Amino acid sequence: MKRLIIGHQSEFRERRARLVHIGNTEIAIFKLSDGGYRAIENLCPHKNGKLSEGIVCDHHVFCPLHDWKIDLNDGLVQAPDEGCVKSFQVEMDEQTGNVILVLSDTDILAS
Amino acid sequence: MKKKLVLIGNGMAGMNTIEQLLKLAPNQYEITVFGSEPHPNYNRILLSSVLAGDADIKDIVINDWDYYKENGITLHAGHTVNKIDTAAKLVKTDTGLTVPYDDVIIATGSLPFMLPLPGADKEGVIAFRDIKDCETMIEASKKYKKAVVIGGGLLGLEAARGLLNLNMEVSVVHIFKYLMERQLDETASRLLQKELESQGMNFLLEKNTDSILGKKRVTGVRFKDGTEVEADLVVMAVGIRPNIALAKESGVEINRGIVVNDYMETNIPHVYSVGECAEHRGIAYGLVAPLYEQGSELAKRLAGVESAGYQGSVVSTKLKVSGVNVFSAGQFTDEPGTRSVKVQDDFDGVYKKVVIKDGKVIGSVLFGDTSDGSRLFAMIRSGEDVTGKEKQVLLGDSAGGGAKSGVDYVASMANDEIICGCNGVSKGTIVNAINEKGCTSVNDVKYCTKASGSCGGCKPLVADLLTHVLGADGVKSVKEGICGCTTLGRDEVVEAIRKMKLTTSKEVMNVLEWKNPEGCSKCRPALNYYLGMVWPEEHEDEKESRFVNERNHGNIQKDSTYSVIPRIHGGVTTAKDLLKIANVAVKYNVETVKITGAQRIGLYGIKKEDLPSVWEELDMTSGFAYGKSLRAVKTCVGQTWCRFGTQDSMKMGIELEKRLERLYTPAKTKVAVSGCPRNCAEATIKDLGVVAIDGGWEIYIGGNGGTDVRPAELLVKVKEEDEVIEWTLAYFQYYRENANYNERTSKWVERVGFESIKKALEKQEDRLALKERFEKAASLTKDPWAEIVNNEELRKSYESIITPELSAIEN
Repeated sequence: MKRLIIGHQSEFRERRARLVHIGNTEIAIFKLSDGGYRAIENLCPHKNGKLSEGIVCDHHVFCPLHDWKIDLNDGLVQAPDEGCVKSFQVEMDEQTGNVILVLSDTDILAS
Repeated sequence: MKKKLVLIGNGMAGMNTIEQLLKLAPNQYEITVFGSEPHPNYNRILLSSVLAGDADIKDIVINDWDYYKENGITLHAGHTVNKIDTAAKLVKTDTGLTVPYDDVIIATGSLPFMLPLPGADKEGVIAFRDIKDCETMIEASKKYKKAVVIGGGLLGLEAARGLLNLNMEVSVVHIFKYLMERQLDETASRLLQKELESQGMNFLLEKNTDSILGKKRVTGVRFKDGTEVEADLVVMAVGIRPNIALAKESGVEINRGIVVNDYMETNIPHVYSVGECAEHRGIAYGLVAPLYEQGSELAKRLAGVESAGYQGSVVSTKLKVSGVNVFSAGQFTDEPGTRSVKVQDDFDGVYKKVVIKDGKVIGSVLFGDTSDGSRLFAMIRSGEDVTGKEKQVLLGDSAGGGAKSGVDYVASMANDEIICGCNGVSKGTIVNAINEKGCTSVNDVKYCTKASGSCGGCKPLVADLLTHVLGADGVKSVKEGICGCTTLGRDEVVEAIRKMKLTTSKEVMNVLEWKNPEGCSKCRPALNYYLGMVWPEEHEDEKESRFVNERNHGNIQKDSTYSVIPRIHGGVTTAKDLLKIANVAVKYNVETVKITGAQRIGLYGIKKEDLPSVWEELDMTSGFAYGKSLRAVKTCVGQTWCRFGTQDSMKMGIELEKRLERLYTPAKTKVAVSGCPRNCAEATIKDLGVVAIDGGWEIYIGGNGGTDVRPAELLVKVKEEDEVIEWTLAYFQYYRENANYNERTSKWVERVGFESIKKALEKQEDRLALKERFEKAASLTKDPWAEIVNNEELRKSYESIITPELSAIEN
């Protein structure tokens, strides 16, 4: 279990994503319009599109390459397409305003 | 506190109303449904298929038990409501339930009409209306052989076909001299009779039934002329009657059916009626399409959505008997004042008839080949004027032979043939979605399979396939909203933006009650465009609603790198510019340098983080090769060099490109200028094309060389260069203000009609006003590349990777 400060909330724009590399994995951290944060691997299971460039609607993102819809809460691809993107835990520290990525041991091993 | 809605009748019309209501206002009501039958909601129309053995009872369920659960609907199946207390607002059932309501819908459907004959109460005498009747027939067929169907209409013939499938001998008794007289003329009816006789049916026409014979169980039928026929099973299919007993009992005004107005309201407040039990403007319908239309209007009423109300329906019928193709719609008999076009081909067993009155198609009968049914039905409903082309209506442009209709075409396709080329969806996949997932509209199919979800080019094929599988009646033409988040169309949305002074997407979605709180990838860019078009000065462009290409000002490629295509006005460049481009390409080790289709040079494979520096070093403006805006103006060399040139097409092209560039349009726009009628710049397949002629210019519009290949149409001939500019800017502004987002001019011209555009532009004062609006909006645009290059904050957003000092926090 590792907690990583990946930036300050002021660096994030609503409904946009920032990227961080953990080992070989590129993770997209989205700020939702309700101020919440979500983190998923920046790789669409369809044709490897960068999800960080997609249009964000509530807790979903649409892949810019072929419009696959992905739930940012759990990384699940929405019907009629199928698949799953790896999701990560991310939170904001109310006191410092830091955005923190929480990596489980398996996350760390996998990267 | 949710209001309480009670639906009496768990059939197709009532539940369809609930389905549509849940789409419009999912949280408005707490819903309770009563059904007399012990089943969830099923498709009564498909009972014939159950009987014919083509479907199982579970296959024809529309909403299964889970549907009610998932949507929080209480279903009391097997309970019959026997009283509505409209004063206390309660409904009561024969099983002792009492449920209060705020609004109640009576959707009790209809009852089969049982002839009051002596002996009609004997065992083995049934109707053909519900699952129970089907089960009775199936049981009877195991023990008995001889069946008699009374009634040679649509329902009777379907019942007879089902009984044949159960290996019974079937005689059909009909009082009239030919079958299905309410749907067919005599010619078609005789052809039908011949076909059904060859399938094994026996017909007793012009026979008036006198009594049912037998002791406990039926043994035969006697007619008024004294003749008799043996029978172990008698199915009465002589018609249906609105089921109005409950309404009558409860004091609701009735005539033949329950009397409703255009909003499906009865004479008692908060009591509504829909379906076969309702009588609208004197008509009680017995077919599914009008009932769904009624349901849609009632759902709007309950949800508080404004609408024009139900206006009545023109109906069409198809006989669902395998191997027999019959279609009829509207008024199909020859009357004084009507003329008809008929085709009869005894070799193929085809008969077609179209009835025309006052230049409009008012009815049609098709036998043997019903592929034109949906097209003709659409013509009947739209009431278009066919004066002078009466024969083409039936015979097509090449009277007699001609191309296969769309429905025929999809019917002849193999199952693994691809219908949607963008998403690789085969015919078989779509057919499965229609049969197994219950898709009944193009939109449903799009959602289930993605077919028609990308470029939309295969929409007509998908529609034909729906018609082929479900028949013309089975296809729902739902009102398509601009996307799945709303049922509102483009015009309604834009009108609301103007009228209510809405200035942000968020406002639009809130005020117009979007289904998804933040929209989807379809409507967000569209709303952003409409807002910018309506309020060019006030609207702040919403970057987070822009598709990646427009947000980053480069086309994203399949590996997530970008292309950079600088503006080269009119395709005319200089050695100096070429050197600049070449130097940048060398410096950044650009993988592909390509001359694009629009006479420009593209650098491919640029990483996002390099874009700003590449732009900076190029020091050229953006060519908007990624934008829903003018791409480029293609030109030939014109009279500057060409021995045939009649005008300076390069100068004209450069000028047009400078006037049009950077301003967003509903979809991408392409322009070309040719210096003579040889048209080397291919101006007649562009959104706007200019062709020079001796002493003037021709302006063509609505052309396309892409997915929707279409020659442009001549809008006007003008003499002066200034006039070309005036017409061009006015046309593009009219397009900006009136087309759907993502609708190319070729589609738009087809949709609104070339003449309407011509008319809108014919007065110079109108053109000048449009031109002025275009110029005003254009004057607010800046070159995005320069803007980004010179703004630290914007540049930063291209540095995609953050590599902060990642420090672990000890917990």
